[in-house]
Amino acid sequence: MTTLLDVRDVSKRFTMGGIFGRKTVDAVMDANFSLSAENPEIFTIIGESGSGKTTLARMILGLEDPSEGEILFRGKKVSRHGGRAEKLAFMSQVQPVFQNPFEAFNPLKKIERYLESTARRFLQTSDKAAIDRAMDEALQKVGLSLKEVRGRFPHEMSGGQLQRCAIARALIPNPPLLIADEPVSMVDASLRMSIVNLLKSLRDDLKVSVIYITHDLATAYYISNRLIIMQRGRIVEMGDARTVLDNPQHPYSKLLKASVLSTDDAGDGKLATDPGMVKAAGDLVGQAGELVAKPDGREVRVYG
Amino acid sequence: MFAVFRDLIRYNIEFAIGLVLVGIMVIFASLSFFSPVDPSMIYMAIPDQPPSPQYWFGTNSRGQELFWQLSAAFKNSLIFGVTVAVLSRIISITVGLAAGYLGGWVDRVLMFINDIFVAVPIFPILVLFYFVLRNNMDSFTMALILACFGWPFDARLIRSVALGLKHREFTRHAVFAGMSTRKVLLEEHLPYVMPIVFSTFMNNMLWSIGMEVTLAVLGFTNINNPTIGTVLYWANSHSAMVVGVWWWIVIPVILIVMTFLGLFLLAVSMNEYIDPRSRLRRMGA
Amino acid sequence: MAEDIVKVEGLKAYYQMNYFGVSREVRAVDGITMTVRKGEVYGIAGESSSGKTSFIKVLAAAIRPPLKVVEGSVKFDFKNGPIDVATATPKQIEAVRWKHLSYIMQGSMSVLNPVRRIGRTFHDFAARPMGLTGKAFEDRVIAHLARLKLPPEVLKAYPHELSGGMRQRVTIGLATVCHPEFIIADEPTTALDVVVQKEVLSLIRDIQKEMNAAVVFVTHDMSVHANVADRVGIIYAGRLVEEGPTRDMFFAPKHPYTAHLVASLPRIGDVKQRPALEGRPPNLADPPQGCRFHPRCPLAVDKCRQEVPPLEQVGPDHRTACWRWQDVKPLVNASAPSGVMA
Repeated sequence: MTTLLDVRDVSKRFTMGGIFGRKTVDAVMDANFSLSAENPEIFTIIGESGSGKTTLARMILGLEDPSEGEILFRGKKVSRHGGRAEKLAFMSQVQPVFQNPFEAFNPLKKIERYLESTARRFLQTSDKAAIDRAMDEALQKVGLSLKEVRGRFPHEMSGGQLQRCAIARALIPNPPLLIADEPVSMVDASLRMSIVNLLKSLRDDLKVSVIYITHDLATAYYISNRLIIMQRGRIVEMGDARTVLDNPQHPYSKLLKASVLSTDDAGDGKLATDPGMVKAAGDLVGQAGELVAKPDGREVRVYG
Repeated sequence: MFAVFRDLIRYNIEFAIGLVLVGIMVIFASLSFFSPVDPSMIYMAIPDQPPSPQYWFGTNSRGQELFWQLSAAFKNSLIFGVTVAVLSRIISITVGLAAGYLGGWVDRVLMFINDIFVAVPIFPILVLFYFVLRNNMDSFTMALILACFGWPFDARLIRSVALGLKHREFTRHAVFAGMSTRKVLLEEHLPYVMPIVFSTFMNNMLWSIGMEVTLAVLGFTNINNPTIGTVLYWANSHSAMVVGVWWWIVIPVILIVMTFLGLFLLAVSMNEYIDPRSRLRRMGA
Repeated sequence: MAEDIVKVEGLKAYYQMNYFGVSREVRAVDGITMTVRKGEVYGIAGESSSGKTSFIKVLAAAIRPPLKVVEGSVKFDFKNGPIDVATATPKQIEAVRWKHLSYIMQGSMSVLNPVRRIGRTFHDFAARPMGLTGKAFEDRVIAHLARLKLPPEVLKAYPHELSGGMRQRVTIGLATVCHPEFIIADEPTTALDVVVQKEVLSLIRDIQKEMNAAVVFVTHDMSVHANVADRVGIIYAGRLVEEGPTRDMFFAPKHPYTAHLVASLPRIGDVKQRPALEGRPPNLADPPQGCRFHPRCPLAVDKCRQEVPPLEQVGPDHRTACWRWQDVKPLVNASAPSGVMA
């Protein structure tokens, strides 16, 4: 078994403020996980704002360097520095899908521009027909076609369609790994499932691994194989998605699950969260503890 | 492009007025190419004649026909203003976009240089250049010097916009689509700073022509080269208002006001067209 | 049955724009008739550009060009007399705003002035409508904040010193301090984390019960409606397509769009393939003929393509605008396994 992505003891510390009152913030602390190259999977990172999930994603994309530890992609270190050729080679392997499809496309420019540039650069061709073919193939994979997209501006499409275009663009270099940072949070409710289902089919049909970053436990349960739950920079629980979410063990994971709004008793107006639960989870912030493997395969952070 | 122009004229009254005013001034200035007299020669006509069918704008105390004199002066001043504006825009766009997008030490170095140019007092430096260069100080040299000083404020302005654009998702998207830095700056970011470029273009022309007038009135330029400033210099040195040759002052001032008003209206209305937000609104997004 | 606080009748509000001689009309609200009762939470759901934002702009009496009320009325029945905000003068609206009609907005940062202390903001908003000054005013505000479990110290704080959840509680406090009879909550929890979201929702619910105010709760998130609303109305392409008691809307929807919205919510403990709706919401500048949902509707027949379905009564309190409502089957089962709750 070869590893596709190996995140080893990664920490990220940001220094804030000027000369006076310098403050350091630990955005990510000791993150460890790896993805295998043979079994494509959807690996979910769950966390709220400030949990460090976006920082972790930025480090995997090579936009930020870890303060400690290292990230290896196919055995090579991911780094913010390095030549342009090296960066392009990395980008052809790891591609991002952004949160807000309306923001991901310059509103003044045509959509196809991004697809075309990707095809030209990563397929290293300037043959018009070949570029068009690559664009169309990628768009077919997400249920669109070049005919529908050509000449259109972002505002002429729905959020769902735009997000498909963004995914199609990311697929052009045939990358083995996609990093999707909250890809559905800005997409309309009626179109959301089509994007989630699309991610699923990327894994099943195209054998692409996806790192899916979200705060939504329900979609995470629906599509992911494995997941990690992050609280203030620390991984507090990690393991098989179903195992963890069906029966979370860390107090914070329990709180997250309890906070998911259920539709099972719609109209009954049951909203109270157990304050003891909130306190139990809050008290653990800042404590190091350590991840301990459990018999069912998951790892849970335990303290003291 | 033509349709845009037609629509602007038809539906934007500011644009129409601005276009008419600037059009008149440009035609007036370009008439100097057909001037029957050399504007640098003196005593070619009877001095101190008031405006009449023969001398439309009258003649001055140096025996020059003011119509042809002003035509040449406006040609030179407009070319001067445009040269300064274009050159300094190029510098401020390059510096502003690069500093904002690249950040880090590039940003620090560029902004350090920028702040030096902000702090240096420009007027004494121009006078110094005049004393060093004397009659070698032609319009173009002066335009170059002014362009070197006219960019720092606007570069900071552009940098602040570029800083915001850097963190927009489409910038990262462009990077992951394999676009080069140059392409990101020129094709993704430049359209967003164009409104600033256009309105500062206008300001910069105003500033540089005003600077030229100040220097010329004090006699710190080549006073034989007709410009708006030197026309006023000679009028002042012949005490035109005192001796009753009022047209020597009043007519140039009216023409200057027309030019500036026209340029201002054009800048404002073009701005409305180019501003991405208003354009988006028009597209019905 | 409770009395109505607001009666909306045949409301049509369009955006009328004229750019460079090209005039276009966006029919954001196209014939909505509904009522909100005193003391209930009425949930409004709809996608972006469905017209829900324009609709609540009219409800909140914030009608500004290019938005224009073309037809219909929005009659409020406040304690100080009835008012039709579609036709009222700015002065009449001023008299009811904040004291009788207030709103909780989405971004707490945009309501709270970043350079003013919270106490000053309270003063700016509420001192005049309440007719109190000085100590008396402050005491009332502190008492009100205590109800929201906020310490009096927040009055001395600047907005950036508070956490997101605290800020949202402050804006709720701001909206409710005058004890208004009608509150519009526009996506008040969208930007919040799940744990805080639940807290804020239960707070809104509690304070609404306590003051017996009517709340129109707008969000695209159906799971929020499930937990907060008494009744839910679904807006699609400028029209109300279905409204009914929350339970019925979730377990016995009578409009295919509602059925889809409910069915597409994934649930923990259930990994069945979720259906996805194809197509895109219609362009309101050029909506389709007949039922506006027909291009995306799995049940559409010829009639749907030509005739606009009326909003019919299909059960107690339950109305739907669908020609084939009898054929709409709920896509989820009320007794579906809900997973093992911790």
